[in-house]
Amino acid sequence: MPLSQEEINRPLSPHLLIYKPQITSVLSIMHRGTGIVLFGGSLLWALWFVLLAAGSTAYIQGQTLLLSPFGLIILLGWSFSFFYHFCNGIRHLLWDIGVGFELSTVRKSGWTVIFASIFLTSVAWALGVMNGKGLL
Amino acid sequence: MVQLRLPPNSRIKKGKTFSSPTKGPRMKLFHIYRYDPDTKENPRLDTYELNLDECGPMVLDALIKIKNEVDPTLTFRRSCREGICGSCAMNIDGTNTLACTKHIEACKSDVKVTPLPHLYVVKDLVPDLNFAYSQYTSIKPWLQSDEAPPPDKERLQSIEERRKLDGLWECILCFCCSTSCPSYWWNGDKYLGPATLLQAYRWIVDSRDEVTGERLDNLEDPFKLYRCHTIMNCTNTCPKDLNPGKAIGKIKEKIVERL
Repeated sequence: MPLSQEEINRPLSPHLLIYKPQITSVLSIMHRGTGIVLFGGSLLWALWFVLLAAGSTAYIQGQTLLLSPFGLIILLGWSFSFFYHFCNGIRHLLWDIGVGFELSTVRKSGWTVIFASIFLTSVAWALGVMNGKGLL
Repeated sequence: MVQLRLPPNSRIKKGKTFSSPTKGPRMKLFHIYRYDPDTKENPRLDTYELNLDECGPMVLDALIKIKNEVDPTLTFRRSCREGICGSCAMNIDGTNTLACTKHIEACKSDVKVTPLPHLYVVKDLVPDLNFAYSQYTSIKPWLQSDEAPPPDKERLQSIEERRKLDGLWECILCFCCSTSCPSYWWNGDKYLGPATLLQAYRWIVDSRDEVTGERLDNLEDPFKLYRCHTIMNCTNTCPKDLNPGKAIGKIKEKIVERL
């Protein structure tokens, strides 16, 4: 049996920390990150329903927390995650049918996803602020 | 497994600095990964100052100059010095490429050179590629056919059939793409990686090959093929401007098509 790499004590070459972040890998890890945020967000949503069912005192307490600056930051992150995951999900579906693999297209579609998710998040918040008068 | 930090024996220490005997208007610092298997001390980053007026234009020229004139123990692979052998693949300035086709001037500040990422290092810039080669062997990268070739000529292809191999046959197996892929870093023991999968596709679309079904069967596995999450670092880094990400997408399509 030849010796294993660990037995020879060979070092592992540096990887993540030396590799230059680029639009391909950054958007990919963001897709996974926003997916995890969406999972957490759905728990939050379920909790909101529980508070709704638990009566007005609990609901108002929950609502106050959600509309506090801390709560609003969470909601902003959650809504951006939703739109980012949605837009990049479409990009992934296009790849799955074989569209958009050229490098120039990959870069363009990546930037489109970034701007589209920022835009959609802004629109959603603008609508939310307009409809829920006195929200902010 | 995802492992953000390097194991203790792999963490990079500060190294020595060698300044240039001559000075000029175009001075450049090269930070180069060094590992000596005889001492087994942790790897270090040595810094070499070079006067670019006395050096060829490519990063490989700089490495050769350092080896010839400053430090003969510096170890790296190189052969053709024109981007066709794939030997001098390494990580330069944060991305994988061939030292012989990478312009020094393309690196804006200091030039940082490390071995291809997430591989075991034999010495300095020489990583062990045995496992990657064994993965390549596992896809049987040769023409398989029941029929014997005609005795007096080649197996013919139409122009259209031959055209399907363009963008695939040019791969020089430097493994820049595989070692740029985070998925290959974390699951490289089971995931075949972009270089090997591009080669697999090269034989799948070859009209002369008759075992396409078998080749697809061999890849239909949760790890070998499907650890590709279309990150596209592979295509972004390929020094030959090929598109391994697209080739992997095509394999996935072929598997769906035959369902």
